[in-house]
This record gives sequence, structure tokens and C-alpha cells, in this order.
Amino acid sequence: MTARDTILRSIQENLRAAERLAGPGPGPGSGGDDLISRLYREAAPRTPADRLALFEHNLRDYEAGVAYASPNTIAEAVACSLAARSLTRIAIPGGLPAEWLPSGFLFEPADDCDPTALETFQGVLTACTLAIAETGTIVLQSAPGQGPRRLSLVPDYHLCVVFDRQIVDTVPEAFVRLAASATLPTTFISGPSATSDIEMTRVRGVHGPRTLEIILAKS
Amino acid sequence: MTEPRSADFPHAAREVLQDSQLRRNVAHATDVIRNKRDRVVAECSSWQDLRDAGSAIRQHVLRHLDQYLLQFESACTQAGGQVHWAADAADANRILLDLLVRHNAREIVKIKSMTTEEIGLNRSLAAHGIAAVETDLAELIIQLGRDQPSHIVVPALHKNRRQIRDLFQREMHLDSLGDTAEDLTAAARQYLRQKFFSASVAVSGANFLIAETGSVVIVESEGNGRMCLTLPRVLVSIAGIEKVIPRYRDLDVFLQTLPRSATGERMNPYNSIWTGVHSGDGPQEFHVILLDNGRSRILRDPEAQQTLKCIRCGACQNVCPVYRQTGGHAYRSVYAGPIGAILTPQLHRLQEGASLPYASSLCGACYEVCPVKIDIPEVLIHLRGQVVRKQQATLTGKLGAWNLGMQLAAQIFVSGDRLALAETLGRLGQRPFVRSSGFIERLPFMFSGWTRFRDLAPLPAESFREWWAKRSTTP
Repeated sequence: MTARDTILRSIQENLRAAERLAGPGPGPGSGGDDLISRLYREAAPRTPADRLALFEHNLRDYEAGVAYASPNTIAEAVACSLAARSLTRIAIPGGLPAEWLPSGFLFEPADDCDPTALETFQGVLTACTLAIAETGTIVLQSAPGQGPRRLSLVPDYHLCVVFDRQIVDTVPEAFVRLAASATLPTTFISGPSATSDIEMTRVRGVHGPRTLEIILAKS
Repeated sequence: MTEPRSADFPHAAREVLQDSQLRRNVAHATDVIRNKRDRVVAECSSWQDLRDAGSAIRQHVLRHLDQYLLQFESACTQAGGQVHWAADAADANRILLDLLVRHNAREIVKIKSMTTEEIGLNRSLAAHGIAAVETDLAELIIQLGRDQPSHIVVPALHKNRRQIRDLFQREMHLDSLGDTAEDLTAAARQYLRQKFFSASVAVSGANFLIAETGSVVIVESEGNGRMCLTLPRVLVSIAGIEKVIPRYRDLDVFLQTLPRSATGERMNPYNSIWTGVHSGDGPQEFHVILLDNGRSRILRDPEAQQTLKCIRCGACQNVCPVYRQTGGHAYRSVYAGPIGAILTPQLHRLQEGASLPYASSLCGACYEVCPVKIDIPEVLIHLRGQVVRKQQATLTGKLGAWNLGMQLAAQIFVSGDRLALAETLGRLGQRPFVRSSGFIERLPFMFSGWTRFRDLAPLPAESFREWWAKRSTTP
């Protein structure tokens, strides 16, 4: 008998034994999931302005930087953020809108770069799939404009453009929107990499980017 | 009991309580996390509803565990993952070792995982000349110091900055190193970076397995997880069979409750969700090892099976008045605190950890904070019953002083007349022990434990029942 058979049989036998002792539970085929109470709040009735303000507050609370732009001034905002830190050589994913890229900087498509090559960039610029206001989270997937996961991981600086229409209030709303692309590699990012392992003091940037900045594009 | 006396909780606890530095560190760390947790839980208006939903989902999974595991296996395989089954620790270690030998790996990078700790993975690999590098900062501190983790979420909370500075300087061969948290973190970043870039195999645990999509979820803070999950060519995730959840959307509950309960954050910095292999992004070979190692047997006990609902947040440890005094080491188990006190003895069929169900004041704080509503006090009492019944099954246990005493007590408490007689006898019997202070300061034999740390008030000259009887006949 394989380990698989052993384990499955053990689960079935022990569940049956427990049932004999305690009486049967609801079956999965008989609408089992309907018996799971989902009374928790799934949405929040916020105005767009309140949602944006909450998102910004939570980003800052976890030490992410925030800048504002309109959909047609993204390139200016990008230039502003990079210039403030004197960054010039920036990795970008394939499919990033060309109109986001200001002149005077070196943007190089880096989807195929290995980690050692990625390490030579001063930063990375990406889009995102969506953002969550209540937790200050951006969600990136392996998709055009966002690139493979290592792209937003290895460079020490991550600049991410978020449109206001991409921001949802709650975590449950995020999962409704993500359902269609659930099997893409997905990363939830909430503030820069951090640890509290040493005397419970929060320190920024262990292995991921030490700086995370968000450009909020407001239409 | 088959375990040596030195391994039982009271003895181990007495030893660690001598370490005042450890006690200060544990108290500080648990206080900080508790306060942060309370703040972000208070922000969450439907917290109790989230606990109910989390509990219901986990309970539902356990009742149909075989079906959800098969569904996960099928979906993960379809997405290019390879699923292995391990009945016990030896199975899991053998499967992993075969994979590593096939890839000729001499050094692997690892994400902190209780499950790999449980199966003694690092020791098993070391015996075959393969080094497993821990990449979580706290685990790195533990590994370099050849130490034991003391907490599920912050394993090195018993070490302070100066101790870590000395350790890093010695083990990383650094000429000088500051002792701020920033200095120490930067040293770890430097030390591990090349290891991430050169390792061909990474090993992780798993926070959740999603049956519907075949996806695996890792929740972390530092980015070492993302490094391990995306840079090496081969990834092996080892997960307890109970880690499965039915659907992708069920994550919306746990991604609200787990970060708040574990580290007191609205969301931890990084959550990774991946499904099989994805061309051009991440490992091109992915294995999941599903580990039983005593879990399926826990399902047999309808009262105790709720133990397997646990999502390993560690919130119960931070509020436990016993854990807050002793830290994790006294439990002599990978799983410490209230959850360890119920999980460890069950995983080992009471062969180990039989003293742990007694390491509790039954105050109920662990249940109050549990994000999946495991009624830990109820399970503790249930397991105490099993420990006693197991002792009664042996001749020495049956004829032992404790059992005879308890049997006698049971006979006395069923009747008022017997109780009155016992009280009269007790008043006579206690006389030689009552000191001039009016208290019993030392009792002999099996009763000595009671008076070791406190004085005992003697039985009063008149019992409540006697007083009551007199009062009602003479109005």
C-alpha cells in the first residue's frame, strides 16, 4: 500500500470513528459550504475620496511613500520620484505603458534578467493588478506591466503606479476581483520588506526592496 | 509515563525560570505583539464574524479532509506541480532527500516552517552532508546559535540585541558590527543574498493549500520567503495534511485574521500565492509533500479534533499566563504554549508531552483570541482525562497513591455524610501539621507539592455545612 493510500484510508477510518462517537456532520455534496456562516463584512460604503484617503493613510503607516498624479501626468510623477533619490537605471516589465516613462532616465525591459543582473538595477517600476484600502496593500501578478515575481523583489527600490479605480475597500472585495486570475503567481505587498524579529523593533527592508513608493493616479 | 522526568513540563519550567534574561525578553515580546494585535483587531468591525467563518471553514475541511486533499492533488498536478504523500517524518525526509540527490544539491535555502522543524529536516539533511540554510532572520539567529525556537511567530524572542550582535560577529566572521536592529538586519541581508542567488533548491512550509485551484500560500514579512519561492530552480513545499482550505475566496477570511493575530498587522508585508509552475516566473520544478505524521489519527477524537483547525498564528502563546512566564523551551516540543499543550501530546499519542495538558491555569484567554475558535481549555481538560485513564490502565498507576486518593475523594464527594466524616477526620489528622502561625507550612509525601510555595489554611473548626445547619435551626 502506498503512503497515499495509507493516509487517505486513515483519514476515512478515523472520521468514521469520530462520527460514530459524535453523530454525522454535514456532507460536502449536500450544500456543505452553505453551512459556513459568512456574516463578516464584505464591502464598506466609502466615498471614492475616503477610500483614497484611507489607502494613503495605511500606506504611510507601513512606511511606504505616496505621490499623486493624474492619468496623463504619470511620467512627471515618475521623474520626480526617481530624481529625488538620484536613481537613473530602472528595470521595467514588458507591457508597461510607454507614456509612463519620462526621458532622461534609463528604463530597461528586464523580464528575462536573472537575479544577478536584476541586482545591478537601482530600482524597478511596475503597475499592479489592484490595491486594498483597508490594509494598505498592492497586489501584483505575473502579467504584462507587472512582470515576473523576481522583478519587484531583487532591486532595492520599487515604484508602483496605482489607479484610483484599481483600489477596493476590503480584502473580500479584492478576492472577488482576483478570482478570474487566481492561478497567476500573485504577491500581496503591504509596505516595504520588514522584520520585528530583533527585540520586536520593526526594521525596514530585510530582503525585499527597502523602499516602496506608490504613485496614485487620480482620474 | 514513558518520557524521562527531566522532560516533563514542571521540571523543564523550573529550569528555564532561573533565566531572568529570557523571562524579560519573553515578557517584552509578548506584550508588544499583544498590544499591536488588540489595536488592529479593534479596527476590524466584524472580528467575531470572521472568527466564526474561519472556524466553520476549518471544521468543514476536517470533516471532508480526504476529498479536499484529493481535489488539491488533482488541481496542483494539472498546473504542473508534483504531489507526494508522507505518512510520517521519515517518509517526508526520504522523499526530500531523493529529490535533493537527484538535483545534486549540497546546500538549500529554507523558509521558516514549523512542519520542517517537526520532522527534524535539518538534522536529517545534515546526516547526508546537505546544509539547510535558514533564511528567516529569527531562524538564522537560532541556527547560527545552535539554539531552539521559543515561539511560533518570533522564534528568537528570547535573544536580545547584544546577544545577537555577538553571535553574528562570531559566525559571519565580521570585524565589527553595531548592535542596533538596523545593523543586525543589514548584516543578515548581506550574508544571505548570495545564498539566495546561488541555491538551486528551496524548501518551504505552507500556510494554506487551496483545494479548488491547487495553489499554495505563504505569508511572511521579510522577503526571504519570496526569494526562496521565486529564485531557485526547484521548490519543495512541505505541508501538514490539515493545511488545505476549500476555495480561493476562503483566503479572504484568513488573510484578515492571520496577520492581525500573528504579528498585529493589518496585513503582513508579503503574501505569496502560486499554482504549480509558471513559465518564465519562479521555479520550473515544484513539489508538494503532504505530511500526516499523526494528524489523521487526531481526527478520531470528536472533542480533540478541533486542534487541527489551527492556522499557527501564535496568538494563544502571547496571552497565556503560563507561556508568558516560561517561554517556549519549557514545553520541550516544536509546538509550545496552549496550542502546543494540546497538539504535542496528540501527535505523539500521549507517549510524549503527557505533562503538557497540565501546563495551564485554564483561564480561557487562549480561546478568546483564537482566530479559528479552538476551545483549547476544553481540549486540555479532555486530554487530562485521557492521561489519567492511561495511567489507570497500568498496575502501578492503578495502585498508585494519586489514583487511590482520587478514587477515595470521588467516593467521599458523592455524599454529604461521607464528606462530614472526612472533615472530622481531617481536622484530627491535620493537628500535627498546623504551626503557631495558624497555617500548615509543610505537608509530607504526595501533598508536599502543595505547600512548597505557599502556606495552606487548615480546615476550620466548623465547616460551612455545620454553620448553616446551626443557623437554620436557631433563627
